Amino acid sequence: MTDVEARTEGAAGPVFAYAPAPESRDIVHLDAEYGLFIGGEFRPAATGRTFTTVDPATEEPLASVAEAGGGDVDRAVAAARAAYEGGWGKMRGRERAKYLFRIARIIQERARELAVLESLDNGKPIRESRDVDVPLAAAHFFYYAGWADKLEYAGFGPSPRPLGVAGQVIPWNFPLLMAAWKLAPALAAGNTCVLKPAETTPLSALFLAQICQEADLPPGAVNVVTGAGATGAAVVAHPGVDKVAFTGSTEVGKEIRRTVAGSRKRLTLELGGKAANVVFEDAPIDQAIEGIVNGIFFNQGHVCCAGSRLLVHEPVAELVVDRLRQRLATLRLGDPLDKNTDIGAVNSAEQLAKIRRLADAGSEEGAERWSPRCTLPERGFWFPPTVFTGVSQSHRIAREEIFGPVLSVLTFRTPAEAVAKANNTPYGLSAGVWTEKGSLILWMAQHLEAGVVWANTYNRFDPASPFGGYQESGFGREGGRHGLEAYLDV
Amino acid sequence: MSEPTGRAEVRRTCKLFVGGAFPRSESGRSYVVSAADGTPLANAALASRKDARDAVVAARGALFGWAGATAYNRGQVLYRVAEMLEGRRAQLAAEVGLAEGLRPAAARRAVDASVDRLVWYAGWADKVAQVLGASNPVAGPYFNFSVPEPTGVVVVLAPQKSSLLGLVSVLAPVVVTGNTAVVVASEDRPVPAVSFAEALATGDVPAGVVNVLTGRTAELAPVLAGHMDVDGIDITGAPYRAREELERLAAANLKRVLALDDVPETQPTLRRTRAFVEIKTVWHPVGT
Amino acid sequence: MVPTPLAGPWSLDIVTSDAALRKLLHGLPGVDQVGAEARAAALATRSIKREAKMWALEMAIAMIDLTTLEGSDTPGKVAAMCAKARRPDPADPEVPPVAAVCVYPDLVGAAIGHLAGSPVAVASVATAFPSGRASMKVKLADVRDALDAGAQEIDMVIDRGAFLSGRYGQVYEEVRAVREAAGSALLKVILETGELATYDNVQRAAWLAMLAGADFVKTSTGKVAPASTRPVAVVLLAAARDFLHASGRRVGVKVAGGIRTAKEAIAYLVIARETAGEDWLSPTALRIGASTLLNDLLMQRAKQLTGVYSGRDHFSID
Repeated sequence: MTDVEARTEGAAGPVFAYAPAPESRDIVHLDAEYGLFIGGEFRPAATGRTFTTVDPATEEPLASVAEAGGGDVDRAVAAARAAYEGGWGKMRGRERAKYLFRIARIIQERARELAVLESLDNGKPIRESRDVDVPLAAAHFFYYAGWADKLEYAGFGPSPRPLGVAGQVIPWNFPLLMAAWKLAPALAAGNTCVLKPAETTPLSALFLAQICQEADLPPGAVNVVTGAGATGAAVVAHPGVDKVAFTGSTEVGKEIRRTVAGSRKRLTLELGGKAANVVFEDAPIDQAIEGIVNGIFFNQGHVCCAGSRLLVHEPVAELVVDRLRQRLATLRLGDPLDKNTDIGAVNSAEQLAKIRRLADAGSEEGAERWSPRCTLPERGFWFPPTVFTGVSQSHRIAREEIFGPVLSVLTFRTPAEAVAKANNTPYGLSAGVWTEKGSLILWMAQHLEAGVVWANTYNRFDPASPFGGYQESGFGREGGRHGLEAYLDV
Repeated sequence: MSEPTGRAEVRRTCKLFVGGAFPRSESGRSYVVSAADGTPLANAALASRKDARDAVVAARGALFGWAGATAYNRGQVLYRVAEMLEGRRAQLAAEVGLAEGLRPAAARRAVDASVDRLVWYAGWADKVAQVLGASNPVAGPYFNFSVPEPTGVVVVLAPQKSSLLGLVSVLAPVVVTGNTAVVVASEDRPVPAVSFAEALATGDVPAGVVNVLTGRTAELAPVLAGHMDVDGIDITGAPYRAREELERLAAANLKRVLALDDVPETQPTLRRTRAFVEIKTVWHPVGT
Repeated sequence: MVPTPLAGPWSLDIVTSDAALRKLLHGLPGVDQVGAEARAAALATRSIKREAKMWALEMAIAMIDLTTLEGSDTPGKVAAMCAKARRPDPADPEVPPVAAVCVYPDLVGAAIGHLAGSPVAVASVATAFPSGRASMKVKLADVRDALDAGAQEIDMVIDRGAFLSGRYGQVYEEVRAVREAAGSALLKVILETGELATYDNVQRAAWLAMLAGADFVKTSTGKVAPASTRPVAVVLLAAARDFLHASGRRVGVKVAGGIRTAKEAIAYLVIARETAGEDWLSPTALRIGASTLLNDLLMQRAKQLTGVYSGRDHFSID
């Protein structure tokens, strides 16, 4: 490293160290205990069992949450069925639309509370929950609200019908946004829902349930059952459920596929990924660096479509890695509520252990590990942004989904080699391409086996844009006109 | 079936169709196929697990070229298949009539419908992307579009009753978008499927795009449902009781599984096509 | 390293034909507009508080080229501005002086006298500012005029017409000629990014100026909209960073035009810090061309010190 690099690398140094700029935690009111949301009311689990959700940045308990058992799931499905056969199912599309518009508006009005709550429960930086998760959740309700009375124009025939009761199991990485992705299209199409949020991040879904109450959504149209894997399994297996939608790991997705086999339940799965982010020598390098950083360090890398494999064209490999290191030195890790934090806390001790395990495997397999200098807080679950160079296709860190801030760098020589390496995975959720050559972008977009291809950008989301995977990244699409198909009998 | 002229007929050997060739089963097995009235018709090849494996290899090998062909070209190739069938209507009608026990007029109608069905799907080739794709108005300076792409290698368990029209009705919607197929023909009525394969071979369909296996559905279906290099499976031709097992096996690599309960197997529908495409969405910034 | 034909330390011995320069400038990595603007927008969300804000406010004051470039300028106006430049807040000697005052060549003499003995430099625009539409002879005479009057810094404009029509050699030679004429004076090269239209052009013009010997690349004359924008600053600071890597020579960046609030000024400091590095957080590497900005910085500084929102009449209008 030259002197110049040595000087610029310490950019987080004393000259212009940003003072803490924390968002106020008091903006959101947290109850000590949360019940299940069934039939429009909050109630404790029948068994009285609860679990505790913690702030992953401090390991402090946030609240005690009801753990739904089989009986509770029965009641939730029954409430959803009653709503489907009653108020919500019989309501005209244009009336349904207005409820969804209401929900969207309330999310906007209470955006600051939701952002703080999401960062507290999940550990993600407030900058992201404020600028990405919450606005996108509102936008999703707005988008699908407009579909509710236009379903016959969606391209699925003249009289599309809802499916009935949807059982929806969502992950902890985007708790509110995933709830919106599931609920908005389901409700727009006229279904009713039983939503099971992740065990470590139940609070924003329960907040959303309160918003449903505030919007006077007919009771039972949305039910929220909190709990762990067993609760989710009970929802999926419940005979009263007509449609199952799951976002989470490929392993659990396959198990769910087996569970619903032979049942006639409709199923959509949005699962894991090991996306390649392909950088050609003629890429806009500075924007590519931002795309790489956003691709893998957004949300601590807890993103199924994360660009976890960087494929760099050999002529610029050294340049890109150097730049990347300089850029990583400016990332700020710490308090998720600090408005200047770029990297927040890992969501759970379990996930942290998994990231550590795979990163250690990377070192053991001979890849070169690098992280910028950064101090990890003493309490909470933290992992520094990490880059592995000298990675080959056979390394575990190039094959397995780490779901953390760990980037594997590989190189290629020709477009065909880039495609071959990018596609050499059972996953197929997303991919990135960086080049200023238009025809190469389109060629790559054609040949990459991925449901989303970001060209000269990465990790962009929009309610109008379909999202979902090829192969073992799952099936079905969420978002856009295509996202309606999962909730219509077509 | 004696000939009044005293000429002995030249009987056909019913073989498999794999990778553009007509092999016997590698197992050396065959089974007796009878007409609907019980009269023995032919010995059909009894495909084995290894034949199924070979058919998947052939389909995988043909995928890149077929998926990469222009939609216009695929449409032309499928239309050419219809042309090939048109010239064999008499033969096919006789075989369908025997296999399904239909009167000649009904058999002819089934064959005519099969040809017309192919023409219908051939015409879809260059329209599917316009109907299933989209330009998506995202809230930002990005051009965003979605296109349907073929799922890959798709196994088609052909309907058991409708030996030709059923086969064409489930196969054409799969291959028209660029998928390649491994078809398991109607177990008891495979002869029209064999003739169909012969028609394919004389048309312009690239080797391996369609592979036709004859034999026991119950033997082949689980092998193909569990095969890790198969991307999708239409289980129309499987008995209802086998569904759960096939769907479980398909979970191994999350194959797309189609079981259309509410659409007759011989009815034209875009839903069969939609079941085996992947929607790919591409983003690009718009700027100077 | 940046893909550039520059092999060794920075040198003027490069081929300067239009074709050769075109090859070099068009060999730079492209700049994606949407990505650059997204980066600038993300940096704008940095929340600068307390001691960091205090530091930034004072640094921004010290980076100001306090500017008046009006047809109505008079020696009296310049005198008042110089007083403000030396001592921005008469009530608080802790406030640093600004970096320079920036005037038209004919008013350099007026400024010099008022700044004697102070660290504040006198900068003069030159080369037929703001359009640059004059012969080379006239432009060089303009520069000499300013230097003869005592200017220590020259803010020249490039010929945007020549640049946009691909006459890179001409632009290069003009900057070089002014560089030679300017001698030891600090040379700031105004790219007028609002007229260059694309970030690719901004990056290329910056490289052209840096190769030709600019000490600073400067966004705007202030006479064309848009003047300085945050994405342009991102592009210029990235170019300066890359040029340092390629040549070993640090070139500064001056943002000018339309920067009126402390918040905007601090945003530029954040961009400099996170794009080029902390070495650009100094008046030797970052300047802000402005006039009314100074009072807002002073008001914000007072607010930081007292906790009370300040009033505009408590700071002088000059």
